[in-house]
Amino acid sequence: MALLDFFRQRKSNSAAVAKERLQILVAHDRRGGGPSYLPQLQRDLLQVIQKYVAVDNDAVTVNVERDGGQEILELNIVLPD
Amino acid sequence: MARIIVVTSGKGGVGKTTTSAAFAMGLAERGFRTVVIDFDVGLRNLDLIMGCERRVVYDFVNVIQGDANVGQALIKDKRSPNLFILPASQTRDKDALTVEGVGQVLEELGREFEFIVCDSPAGIERGATMAMYFADDAIVVTNPEVSSVRDSDRMIGILSSKSRRAEQGQEGIREFLLVTRYSPERVQRGEMLALEDVQEILSLDLIGVIPESSAVLNASNAGSPVILDRDSNAGKAYSDMVARYLGEDLPHRFLSVEKKGLFGRLFGG
Ligand SMILES: Nc1ncnc2c1ncn2[C@@H]1O[C@H](COP(=O)(O)OP(=O)(O)OP(=O)(O)O)[C@@H](O)[C@H]1O
Ligand SMILES: [Mg+2]
Repeated sequence: MALLDFFRQRKSNSAAVAKERLQILVAHDRRGGGPSYLPQLQRDLLQVIQKYVAVDNDAVTVNVERDGGQEILELNIVLPD
Repeated sequence: MARIIVVTSGKGGVGKTTTSAAFAMGLAERGFRTVVIDFDVGLRNLDLIMGCERRVVYDFVNVIQGDANVGQALIKDKRSPNLFILPASQTRDKDALTVEGVGQVLEELGREFEFIVCDSPAGIERGATMAMYFADDAIVVTNPEVSSVRDSDRMIGILSSKSRRAEQGQEGIREFLLVTRYSPERVQRGEMLALEDVQEILSLDLIGVIPESSAVLNASNAGSPVILDRDSNAGKAYSDMVARYLGEDLPHRFLSVEKKGLFGRLFGG
């Protein structure tokens, strides 16, 4: 077992994780973070949902996407398994 | 008219001052009259890396406030006749750097020098915005690491909007990516972002890759820009970077793990 771990550790994939996180971060930064009410909206939504379902604190994400002339408010709620 | 180059980064401690010193020395060695200015008011590091800390009498802020003229504040480098240093002050506050004041000093220097290298502080506070405002070219120093790459990306956005060139509707600042503290060993082990990953995210012209090297600390201990350590990989990589800046087309070096031959392995070569 220990030997197996040793071989597994030789090639870490932390750089791949870093790259993926960066791509998401940078895309978010470049959109300018969205309107200023987004963080509060996200907290309020989370509270409402937690009244009914035991979701994690990071279960709700909100985003504003611009698509041509339209603005789309995108809501993502991850329910527990 | 001198060309003004700002050495910048979002994140601190990534190698701006190391780069400013090496780059300015490299330009001077190639015969260009060069001045390197420390914009890090309050911290003052460049004079230490250049090894002229004991010769500082007047500084950048003294000149802006009229206590001294530029000629009195400039320190002549002892190694290259073409190189001068304008040090920052240690005590005064950052608000001393005004657009008019900095603009005037740069204009005056522009009559004497061919290249003006500005060592910027990290972040987007006054010293940094002043250093980038007047720039023609920017070197964005980045370590292969999440927070550094992210902050560089933000910096690139600011550079293209908050410069005099942008305000006056001129052609924008030329921006170059310099990756520093690169470790091919760690990249190979999957522990460090590879050069291609950094480039893919930042998509800027790559002007150089400086390997992680103990020569940099040795150089700073001695107060001698690392480009003068000609046998070191970091010194060579900086020298290549200067050549590329001046238009030469050189392949990037020190990107993969050096394979020692049997001979090297046996004798630790
Ligand atoms: N290629 C390199 N290899 C090893 N160490 C390095 C390399 N480049 C820089 N360093 C080290 O990193 C540290 C920070 O370097 P430096 O002072 O040039 O960064 P900086 O960006 O100017 O920092 P600040 O934001 O505080 O002004 C120093 O200790 C320096 O010796
Ligand atoms: Mg510095």
